Amino acid sequence: MIKKPTRDGYGEALLQLGASNPDVVVLDADLAMSTRTNWFRDKYPERFFDIGIAEQDLLGTAAGLAMGGKTPFATTYGVFISGRAWEQIRTTICYANLNVKICGMHGGISVGPDGATHQALEEIALMRVLPNMRLVVPCDAIEARKATLGAAAIDGPVYLRFTRDATAVFTEETAPWQLGKANVLRAGSDVTIIGCGPVLYEALLAADELAQEGVSCRVLNMHTIKPIDAEAIQAAAAETGAIVTLEEHQINAGLGGAVAEVLVKHNPVPVEMVGIMDTFGESGLPGELAVKYGLTHKEVKAAVQKVLKRK
Amino acid sequence: MRPDLQELQALCKEVRRDIVKMTAAAGSGHPGGSLSSVELLVSLYFAKMRHDPQRPDWANRDRFVLSKGHVAPVLYSVLARSGYFPIDELLTLRKLGSRLQGHPHMLSLPGLDNSSGSLGQGLSQANGLALAARLNGQDYRVYCLLGDGELQEGQVWEAIMTAAHYKLANVCAIVDYNNLQIDGTVEEIIGLDPLDDKWKAFNWHVISIDGHDIEQVLAAYDEAESIKDKPTVIIAKTIKGKGVSFMENVAGWHGKAPNADELAKALAELAN
Repeated sequence: MIKKPTRDGYGEALLQLGASNPDVVVLDADLAMSTRTNWFRDKYPERFFDIGIAEQDLLGTAAGLAMGGKTPFATTYGVFISGRAWEQIRTTICYANLNVKICGMHGGISVGPDGATHQALEEIALMRVLPNMRLVVPCDAIEARKATLGAAAIDGPVYLRFTRDATAVFTEETAPWQLGKANVLRAGSDVTIIGCGPVLYEALLAADELAQEGVSCRVLNMHTIKPIDAEAIQAAAAETGAIVTLEEHQINAGLGGAVAEVLVKHNPVPVEMVGIMDTFGESGLPGELAVKYGLTHKEVKAAVQKVLKRK
Repeated sequence: MRPDLQELQALCKEVRRDIVKMTAAAGSGHPGGSLSSVELLVSLYFAKMRHDPQRPDWANRDRFVLSKGHVAPVLYSVLARSGYFPIDELLTLRKLGSRLQGHPHMLSLPGLDNSSGSLGQGLSQANGLALAARLNGQDYRVYCLLGDGELQEGQVWEAIMTAAHYKLANVCAIVDYNNLQIDGTVEEIIGLDPLDDKWKAFNWHVISIDGHDIEQVLAAYDEAESIKDKPTVIIAKTIKGKGVSFMENVAGWHGKAPNADELAKALAELAN
């Protein structure tokens, strides 16, 4: 299995966009190397702006560039871009529906040794509440590239969440990618695991183990949290009768919440949620943290077994 | 051709009447800071900026970024009197369904170059617009009106550094320095002095003027345009509530509408 961070997919997509779209500009806040915007910077220096360690100004400058007809990709760590500059995103960007792509790196606990201050675990909650916003969480480097290209093709704000650690590349180059349209990674009939981001790989491992035990799991890649694919969620509820959600994000108001909002309106089947249990992270290796904070296939499997009992 | 001084002064009076009428009709709003910015905006829209009310989306028009969004009444009045939308519509300010939102919403009204209302965010937008002009090979200028109290927002100073770093000579910031904010004088709350030295230290060209003297205002805009290697800030000393005696220099008129008696009194003072 090839491993590659989703931020690399972002960096590659920016290079593609640099060549194909002269209106694309990239902004960073002093993290160009870690965010991979240095790849674009080195090739298209005249279209790259380092705003320094000033996230609010980063978003405001990007907004002005969008007002001037450009397609800016504003980039820094997820904690800062979604948190420190949240109100700039709300009032300057979303209210005016400006064409700014907001790219948050180092999402999730898998940031590792830097610890809780740098482990963004709240972006889904913070972004999905905003009118006009679209929110995408790619699960591997291939999907990260497609999502970045897809975001450039949309007129309006998009938040893209990327991750630091090299993780399994398990989607296909040829798989279709459409904003707001979930992809079925595994067909199944007893239960559906709906997840987003690299942690989805754990869902596939759990589904494999459960298949050995005679449980047929559908696995849905809900890469777009907003607009959410309500049709795919309703189909999963109707056809499998139980749902497990999985995200490397706070358990409150994240993907699980978004899925539950759809279900309670249409078909309230039993749901179990796997995520960060309303706590901050800490320093450690990504693999150690996944075990300690319950984001491995074991927890997914346990959640499936639990939800099946509630059917 | 530039209108003469008398014409501009008459327009200022008209705009002041609009401001008190609009806020009175709305029953809320911000007359104080609107009245202090009148000469700054009238001079800009009627004698300086390159713009065309028939083509609000003209790509190479000069831009006006209102950072202190609460003074929407003065901007709405100037836009209506420039011909962007009917003057009658001014009295719909803040009413349900109106295009004249309490704070400007660029998607709802032609002529608005940004949305604002949350302080501290405009100068960054102006910088982005200036960078876009540079990339697009356009020569438009970007004017950005800030309040003095607004300079307490940290983002403004981030943007001040960015504009100087990228030598955005097509950015012209204007500070409406009326020295009053909601809780008292700016100097009492979080003082700004020496404000000119602060901007100078951040590598801006600084022009200090009387913001109610139209000739000084226009000379400052012209001087700003002649500076080609750095952004310019015009620090305009003004009087909050200017033109209405009982509103002048009274913090309480920051965000309060005149009642019927007060409106009549204000209009009498503002009569030609």
